[in-house]
Amino acid sequence: MPDCKEVFALLSQYIDHELPEGLCEEMERHIAGCAPCVEFVESLRRTVALCHQFRAEDRPGPLPADIQQELLAAYRQMLAARGSS
Amino acid sequence: MSKENEVDLARRLMRGDAAAFEPFLELFRGKVFQYAFLMCGQREDAEEVAQEALLKVFQNFDQLREPERVRPWVLRIARNACYMKRRKSVFAPEEEISLDALLPELQQNGGQRRLEIADWSALPDSQVLQGELREALDRAIRELPEIYRSVILLRDVEELSGEEAAEVLDVSLDVVKTRLHRARLMVRKKLDAYLRRVQKG
Repeated sequence: MPDCKEVFALLSQYIDHELPEGLCEEMERHIAGCAPCVEFVESLRRTVALCHQFRAEDRPGPLPADIQQELLAAYRQMLAARGSS
Repeated sequence: MSKENEVDLARRLMRGDAAAFEPFLELFRGKVFQYAFLMCGQREDAEEVAQEALLKVFQNFDQLREPERVRPWVLRIARNACYMKRRKSVFAPEEEISLDALLPELQQNGGQRRLEIADWSALPDSQVLQGELREALDRAIRELPEIYRSVILLRDVEELSGEEAAEVLDVSLDVVKTRLHRARLMVRKKLDAYLRRVQKG
């Protein structure tokens, strides 16, 4: 069975379900019997869950109309070039 | 906006449906700006990078072969635009941080082993990320070394797969895994310090 340090090294792959089945079961067995690991796994899981919700507070400013026109023109040109090729 | 919606918008743009242009622009301008802002740290740079990247996106839209992969495809263009902006440090790989530096402190109390850790279970399961907690996470992400910041932004914030993040960043899947783990551990450590401060009162 892996020890705490080995568990620690593999935790992200463990919570992302990326480990081979056998290793995953061994990790589970270790964690089930190890209070510090239980606590630590939980803190890492919560960290990832919070990252999923994260959005930077800063948003881009309004897009100047001429830039939007330029982007739309680029899109139309791409379409036209594709159509003619 | 959900992933299905953005894939649908990409499909429509490929078909030449110009009505999809504005919603697509609105959505991806936000994503590209956020990535650029968190990677370069300057609002002006991020606005410029976003414009350059979006121009490339529309100019080369016919090169997007699989609309399902529109998010990693756009983010790769954003990442390249960030590099063009900064140039430096592109070829100067930083060394991976040792995991030992990120191990939590363990207290031995007789036979009892206790972690020096905040009470994470005090955070409600459905904890909404807002206020000071949001700010603490924002700071933790911004303070990460660049090679870790890019990986956590792509994997955990934009929720790309490991393979997609590897493609965006031009590194192997193993490198993504190594860096993601370290990035999460560093962020966890900072959030833990914040929670402990708050919980001490």
